[in-house]
Amino acid sequence: MLSRIAESLFWMGRYLERADDTARILDVELHRFLEGPGLDQGPVIRGLLGALGVDEVAASRTSVYEVVGRLSFDAALPGSIISSVTYARENGRGIRESISSELWECVNVTYHSVGAISARADSMGPHDYFSFARMVRERAALASGIAETTMPRDEGWSFFTLGRSIERVDMTVRLIGLAEVVRGSRRDWMATLRSCSALEAYLRSYGGAVEGSKVLEFLLLDRLFPRSVHFSLSAAEAALAEIAPSAGRIGTTGEAQRAIGRAKAAIELREIGEILDSLPEILILIESACSSASTALARRFFRGAGLESWRHEDVRGKAHA
Amino acid sequence: MEQIFDSYAVGEAWDEMILPDGNPREHCAELHKVMSEMSRAEFEERCAERDRSFLDRGVTFSLSGEERPFPLDPVPRIISAAEWAVIEAGVVQRVRTLELFLEDVYGKGQVIGDGIIPRNLVFNSSLYKRQAFGISPPNGVRIHVAGIDVVRDQWGELRVLEDNVRTPSGVSYVLENRRAMTRIFPELLSSRPVRQVEDYPRHLLDALRSAAPVRAGSAPVVVVLTPGIHNSAYFEHSFLARRMGVELVEGRDLVCRNNVVYMRTTGGERRVDVVYRRVDDDFLDPVFFREDSVIGCPGILNAARAGNVTIASAVGNGVADDKLTYTYVPDLIRYYLGEEPVLKNVTTYRPEDPDQLNHILARLGELVVKPVNASGGYGIVIGPQSRETELAIAAENLRARPRDFIVQELVTLSTAPTMAGSKFEPRHIDLRPFAVNSGDRIHVLPGGLTRVAMRPGSLIVNSSQGGGSKDTWVASEEICSAEPSAEHPISEAHFPGLDQAPPPHHGAIEIEVAQMQQQQQLRLAPACDGGRRC
Repeated sequence: MLSRIAESLFWMGRYLERADDTARILDVELHRFLEGPGLDQGPVIRGLLGALGVDEVAASRTSVYEVVGRLSFDAALPGSIISSVTYARENGRGIRESISSELWECVNVTYHSVGAISARADSMGPHDYFSFARMVRERAALASGIAETTMPRDEGWSFFTLGRSIERVDMTVRLIGLAEVVRGSRRDWMATLRSCSALEAYLRSYGGAVEGSKVLEFLLLDRLFPRSVHFSLSAAEAALAEIAPSAGRIGTTGEAQRAIGRAKAAIELREIGEILDSLPEILILIESACSSASTALARRFFRGAGLESWRHEDVRGKAHA
Repeated sequence: MEQIFDSYAVGEAWDEMILPDGNPREHCAELHKVMSEMSRAEFEERCAERDRSFLDRGVTFSLSGEERPFPLDPVPRIISAAEWAVIEAGVVQRVRTLELFLEDVYGKGQVIGDGIIPRNLVFNSSLYKRQAFGISPPNGVRIHVAGIDVVRDQWGELRVLEDNVRTPSGVSYVLENRRAMTRIFPELLSSRPVRQVEDYPRHLLDALRSAAPVRAGSAPVVVVLTPGIHNSAYFEHSFLARRMGVELVEGRDLVCRNNVVYMRTTGGERRVDVVYRRVDDDFLDPVFFREDSVIGCPGILNAARAGNVTIASAVGNGVADDKLTYTYVPDLIRYYLGEEPVLKNVTTYRPEDPDQLNHILARLGELVVKPVNASGGYGIVIGPQSRETELAIAAENLRARPRDFIVQELVTLSTAPTMAGSKFEPRHIDLRPFAVNSGDRIHVLPGGLTRVAMRPGSLIVNSSQGGGSKDTWVASEEICSAEPSAEHPISEAHFPGLDQAPPPHHGAIEIEVAQMQQQQQLRLAPACDGGRRC
């Protein structure tokens, strides 16, 4: 398969998942903010921006609504829903012939709908953001379902699911970090569970008591819940094994495998108490493992897809000559 | 611009939000202001959104077999923090009293011996279950959940209208209403701090767990027993099971052997420790009660007696919320707690007493007659709203079966602005606060369910009679700050920025590529067009 196509599938998977997860985060944080008795705006804003890795100098002067508005519709802001949807579609557009037309259409319609809503963002009240977030989540689920039922389980599928899984790990880790930051009461953990659609699954397996350590255990380590970090890391591992099966008997072959393996080992083989003791470090470690896996994949499989690298060297070479 | 409160006319009743001079009461001022700034069209649009969302989510109430979106009025009802403190204390006081009363009448019976309440009133009640005599619940709790109906009369005084200590329903709507209001009318909620209701299922689960038999250990198995999907409160049963993370079972899922209750699972039979049953006593156990019941669990009562399972709420609680017992509750409070009632009763007469009966019959046209053994607003005769023939029938019934009725002074329930068509009109409301008793502590859910009589002038608020509801806000004094919890130190986990794909159209090279691609198209385009023209 062409490197360019593999790369686009990978990123389409990532951006679709990112749009979905960002919508979840915004929905839950906005709801939590509204419901909380006179909750302070500052920590909510700092939490949101911190989780999404947005550096914002003026954060203290803006309102929660404004931040939610920007994270939804600011096309110049990486991580905003509109930019994720746009990039998902950009990536899909370049590989229309390699994906099913239903999938392309779905992503394209999503892009246009988000654009249309964004055009009247100024007149949107907070309640409209809930329907917007819901629409994004539903469109992402639709895309995911169409991919599931129309894509042959070939290498392309593996790159797509790999992107989706890595992104899900990345975003779930950020979400947990967010709960860490703005946590004050038990309810914050319920919000965190809700944003992963995990509240009911959690309640059924832990029977009612929403406690921080158990929620973290569930979101990090549950083997059966499809949005847990462990589950998504395993999915990423499985996709990687399809793409690059181990050749020999010794160790893991690729750098990406090693990065994912490191992330998994950081949580899988530890007691939950031990994880909690150094949670921020572990979250950052997992996040950076995702990032390294992504870079390693680019180096190994996508190199040459972006003309950038060799042309740069080429140009520089000429200049020196 | 015409405002949404224009033409709102406060009637004779006490209005919860608007003073007779048309201004809002102090604790409602911010809300009133925010709502006044919204247009009618906007309200109607949001209401349509609310109905859609309820239907989509299956938040429905079945009315005479028809599934309807749960009727939530968009105007919240606010209770000030000070007033809530009174209601809360009053509710706790009644629940404590009724617990002691139940323990007494299913045990030593001192309250009867001491002449506080007549023997026949207790033992002749169809709600007194001899079969429950001598069963002592593991943590002493019989009333795991109570709903105490509180109304406000025309002079502004709060009074208890009715106690419900069997299976009061409606709490799921409290949570769903809040969720809907948060999402559909966020502006209103952000107008002031409101106490949260979200953690009710946790309190309920705690109470049910602490009621488990001792042998169940630290992780007792709790189930919710529902009559089934055709029950009007089925939504609530499934809601509570889902939110507590426990199984929702029907009678046929349970089996009782050697005085132990099991549920049938794919992994075999699993022992059950606590049954939060939403099935009435009469249908609960065909061995003791109605033998034709197909929705109960035969043998469960013996299992409870053997101490192998806890039935919550306990069998036979009905005698405590019997409408006749109600008339004695103030005396019971003084007797058991040595306290004066925090919340008064509505003035009530007992037709059983011949003197009182004469008084009643003379003033029947002004009073309210309630059947003792009915709930849901069925069979109530409201004097001023009844025809002569209806009153005559009521009088005849009172003479023939005085034990079956109580008669109350008519309370003109307070009103609150309620969306009627496209404007606000006063409608009568009540309040059902919910209390959960875990043995150590009685937790009262802040607020509760405000029920609304949707027809103008009507005083019947029951949802089975087409009543609506309001989100009920208890004003919060505290501001919730995001202080770090003691459990873990706070960590400002600031993540690096998100990974980005090599930008498809931002780099210099990409622009160059794009330009070349476009030039190709441009060069080819005229030829194509030309071709078509030919």
